[in-house]
Amino acid sequence: MLLKRTSLKWFGLFGAVVVMLLLMAASVIFGYTDTSMRTAMEAYTNFNGSNEHIIIQTVRMPRALIATAVGASLAIAGVLMQTLTKNPLASPGIFGINAGAGLAVVIAVTLFSTASLQAFSVLSFIGAAVAAVCVYAIGSAGREGLTPMKLTLAGAAMSAMFASFTQGLLVVNESALEQVLFWLAGSVQGRKLDILQSVLPYIGAGWICAILISGKMNILSMGDDVAKGLGLHIGLVKIVIGVIVILLAGGSVAVAGPIGFVGIVIPHITRSIIGIDHRWVIPMAGVLGAILLLAADIGARYILMPSEVPVGVMTAIVGTPFFVYIARRGFNAK
Amino acid sequence: MNKYKNLRFFHGKVSFLMDQKAAMVFTILLMMSFLVFVLSAGIGDMKINPITVLQVLFGSGPEMETLIIQSFRLPRIIIALMVGISLAVAGGILQGMIRNPLASPDVLGITGGAAVAVVSFLTIFSDKNNALTVSITWLPVAAFLGAGIVAFLVYFLAWKNGVSPIRLVLIGIGISTLMQALTTLMMIMGPIYQASQANIWITGTVYGSNWKNVAAMLPWTVIFLIFAFASSRTINIQELGDEVATSVGGRVQKQRFILLMISTALIGSSTAFAGGIGFVGLMAPHIARRLVGSAFGALLPVSALIGGILVMAADLIGRTMFLPLEVPAGVFTAGIGAPYFIYLLFKTRNA
Repeated sequence: MLLKRTSLKWFGLFGAVVVMLLLMAASVIFGYTDTSMRTAMEAYTNFNGSNEHIIIQTVRMPRALIATAVGASLAIAGVLMQTLTKNPLASPGIFGINAGAGLAVVIAVTLFSTASLQAFSVLSFIGAAVAAVCVYAIGSAGREGLTPMKLTLAGAAMSAMFASFTQGLLVVNESALEQVLFWLAGSVQGRKLDILQSVLPYIGAGWICAILISGKMNILSMGDDVAKGLGLHIGLVKIVIGVIVILLAGGSVAVAGPIGFVGIVIPHITRSIIGIDHRWVIPMAGVLGAILLLAADIGARYILMPSEVPVGVMTAIVGTPFFVYIARRGFNAK
Repeated sequence: MNKYKNLRFFHGKVSFLMDQKAAMVFTILLMMSFLVFVLSAGIGDMKINPITVLQVLFGSGPEMETLIIQSFRLPRIIIALMVGISLAVAGGILQGMIRNPLASPDVLGITGGAAVAVVSFLTIFSDKNNALTVSITWLPVAAFLGAGIVAFLVYFLAWKNGVSPIRLVLIGIGISTLMQALTTLMMIMGPIYQASQANIWITGTVYGSNWKNVAAMLPWTVIFLIFAFASSRTINIQELGDEVATSVGGRVQKQRFILLMISTALIGSSTAFAGGIGFVGLMAPHIARRLVGSAFGALLPVSALIGGILVMAADLIGRTMFLPLEVPAGVFTAGIGAPYFIYLLFKTRNA
């Protein structure tokens, strides 16, 4: 733990927020069409219809806001899942929740040719919920009950299943492939603000609930028996955590497609910076998640200029070494 | 003690126990796969009755039917059969070695590695007019290389004073997620025409197989099947856990490496010719275990046949049920496999 005293923690959180705001500004300014801070300000105060102003209003700003919201949601969902399942590898990507939400959206596009944003987000929540319930049920089946290993494998198997269904649907319907291919890779580019607005109530509620429940999560992380002894309604708390995870992960997928590894990497980094108290971990993880996704998104614009790398690919490339590191350390080591 | 029959050859130099029940199950499955084989050769755009099919197979059928069956249907069915066998045996080995019924080629990322290789191949070697600049016959080689490299990578990264099954799986999951991301990246960078090509391949199909493919795949399948069956004793030992395996005299790490290589070769060759047909490696060993128990001497041959039947049937359904649409076999193996798999997990949860 890097920051031991409370005053230092406040300072750390404040510093992270500042970095996040700087990156948001950078995300608005830099890219294929280079603009400056002043142009960005003018686009809102003194709009003159020039190319730069239009780009900032319709492309850059939504993109920065979406990256922030999605990064924060995925990171917080990762923290909640890791505490809930006592599994250091738990995250929406590995546990098949992203894939489930992805399948739901692809079904909507291919079979019902849905285009409405509202339907998109609702379906994505349903997919996330179904996947979460399935993985949890399969992972806890068997003699020893819920073990981290079984849960991880169940998640991987379910992801594989959802992925093959998704591919199957896309093979049968080639025109849909074109529509959803970029979305499936996980990307915050080319999304309109409307789609963020349509899910913001859900993920906003998720953030607030996550912070409200953080004290209870500290108790839960001591183990089920201790938590029960301290008078916690374990079943209820777990269900609430599950619902929050579904809101956050489902909402993020609806906006940006399945983006992996943010939910694994960030909680570990956060804990090493600020300790294991969830009242600190959750807000800090949110801010750091936003930072990671903003930075990955800015990087994604420059690697293959003029074309772009989907940000989901970027996070996978950054996140895999980290994943391997945690996996090598094992489940029990602190 | 009449469950097993003792067989000795060469004055007792080669001997093994034969599970009589397993032998019976094996015979029944053999007949079933022959039945599916014949049916599959007969059904299609032009229906040919099973007796004519048999005549053709024995070289005395009418000319037209012989042409259709020999040059179009037979290679495809044989590839499907071999792919099913390879995947099922590889899945069985992995499940025994990792000691977890949820392990499978897909989960370990080996199929994913092959997919990345294929998509990169299609992207890198195509010019502006979407035409390939090198011959498509190199595609299987690329797939095989991809599978091999990823298997080594996973093994290498999981090494820490030896390889534990848990680390192997976890690293495999991580790497396979990375492979998915890279596949998507390649698909986006390539032209959209190639993207749908690649997508069909990833889902898994035996469409367009010819005798050249059969000839190229056959040696791999046969050689590594023999290796696999010969090493069924070591898998039995591996399944007891590291401590027991070591104390009964097994060289755990070396055997584990060999087993991983055998299954990689089987997966690689089948992925090379049929793409990522999913869930066969997961499903077939499970079904086999319910039929003949978990001794690998019996389990591997039985699951091999089940795998063969599954892929042949999936391909048959895929190319006949939704005409004129041709649905890749991989969609059906996943469609049947995934629900069956979930059912299985619930059914055996207190076993």
